[in-house]
Amino acid sequence: MTTLLAIDWALLTEKLILIAIIIFASLGIALYMTYGERKVAGILQDRPGPNRAGPFGIFQPFADGLKLIMKEEIIPDTSNKALFILGPGLAMSAALMTCAVVPWGDHVELFGRNIALQIADINVGILYVFAVVSVGVYGIMIGGWASNNKFSLLAALRGASQAISYELAMGLSLIAVLMTTGTLQLGEIVKQQMAPGHLWNIAYQPLAFIIFLVCAFAECNRTPFDLPEAESELNQGYHQEYSSMKLGFYLFSEYINMFISSAIMVTLFFGGYDVPFLNESLLSPNIAALVGIIALMTKIVCFIFFFMWVRWTIPRFRYDQLMNLGWKKLVPLALANMLITGAVILLWFNK
Amino acid sequence: MSAIQIIFWFLSALAIVSALMVLISKNPVHSVLWLIMVFFAISGHYILLNAQFLAIVNLIVYAGAIMVLFLFVIMLMNLNNESEPQKNVWMRLAGAVSGGCLLMILVSLVRQAIEINNKVAEMKVGDIGLIGNLGKALFKDYLVPFEISSVLFLSAMVGAIVIGKKN
Repeated sequence: MTTLLAIDWALLTEKLILIAIIIFASLGIALYMTYGERKVAGILQDRPGPNRAGPFGIFQPFADGLKLIMKEEIIPDTSNKALFILGPGLAMSAALMTCAVVPWGDHVELFGRNIALQIADINVGILYVFAVVSVGVYGIMIGGWASNNKFSLLAALRGASQAISYELAMGLSLIAVLMTTGTLQLGEIVKQQMAPGHLWNIAYQPLAFIIFLVCAFAECNRTPFDLPEAESELNQGYHQEYSSMKLGFYLFSEYINMFISSAIMVTLFFGGYDVPFLNESLLSPNIAALVGIIALMTKIVCFIFFFMWVRWTIPRFRYDQLMNLGWKKLVPLALANMLITGAVILLWFNK
Repeated sequence: MSAIQIIFWFLSALAIVSALMVLISKNPVHSVLWLIMVFFAISGHYILLNAQFLAIVNLIVYAGAIMVLFLFVIMLMNLNNESEPQKNVWMRLAGAVSGGCLLMILVSLVRQAIEINNKVAEMKVGDIGLIGNLGKALFKDYLVPFEISSVLFLSAMVGAIVIGKKN
């Protein structure tokens, strides 16, 4: 039985610890994003925002979380109970699964081991993100349908059709980026951008970035595309019947989605953990990894702030405007960008 | 048993149980969800065979897009136990017999096929399933069939739009 499960146990433990750290970090960051959202809203609307729990209200997220957990849990009598519970779970796990392919840093050397700060640098990294994002739609759809409520169902259908429509433009905009990088591995894409004499991908593909950004807003159901939660038309949205921590999961998964999509955008277009004008190979690996993680987090926080800024600045789209923008503007634009990129690579660089 | 074998048996059992649940469940929405589980299990098999691209595309296209459309239709039609027409016993029996015949033919065909006799599936080796090699194979060796099938997809899309516009 000694040959039973010939697994590299050290590697397995290392990866499990990494997964635990990343998941808890994502949850913690999402927790403080709710606080950040309210503070940003406060600043933009010229009011203090949460300021009662602790200095500057920094314990507010914990108070909110406690409130959500302590509230009475109601499962509607006519709902489909199993699916009603499955919905928020799916939304949450799909949101967390994406972080597996994001390179959070280069590598650290601990206990004589070379630990890569990425859970899995798979060959089809960016496609994996797409697969998980497309599965994430089920959380909304199942939750909305299982509630057995017309408004929830309408909102769920809206959310799903919005997500499918914008996934298309998102994928097409990314093809142009992938043509310039020539690889789908996220780790490799970051390393290319770090190479001396090579700019960040935003310099080569600005149009693709803008399309990707708009689609990311739509995929995260953020204003101006938060049609599934349009309270003026749909009472509350697909999570109308949810209460307590099940509602909390839905709200929370939106913040995690925002965090991960910021991380993906930084990785694809803004050099990931690259620090501009600094040659990381001169530093010792651990210091370089630390600097890289700080750089990555700074860029992500900028994006998250942008998400919030837009939310409190721009009003919501109408549903037909949303569909027009997705299908009639972004898709042709992304296709044109793809064709031009292909032509330039073929004719100019003669690859 | 190696780790790969354990994963293989787990995925196989998962695929078969989920496929049975697709047929057994009374609620069409449950059927769709079980079918998604089948796709996940099959994608797992693709990964074991080192065909990562196929695995992910299977998830994106089938689990992510086609099944969402299925779910859309079922939710909008609001099918459930009460409104579903119940077929009579003879219809069910006929279905079981014809399905069983098809299964027998398929099993006997697979067992007799020369291509797979005495062959072992290659686990974790071979790199034809990786995206670079697959792309080269598609766009160099099989360019004409690939382009023809893409024209076929285009005509299907145009056809769907034309049919949808009529009403």
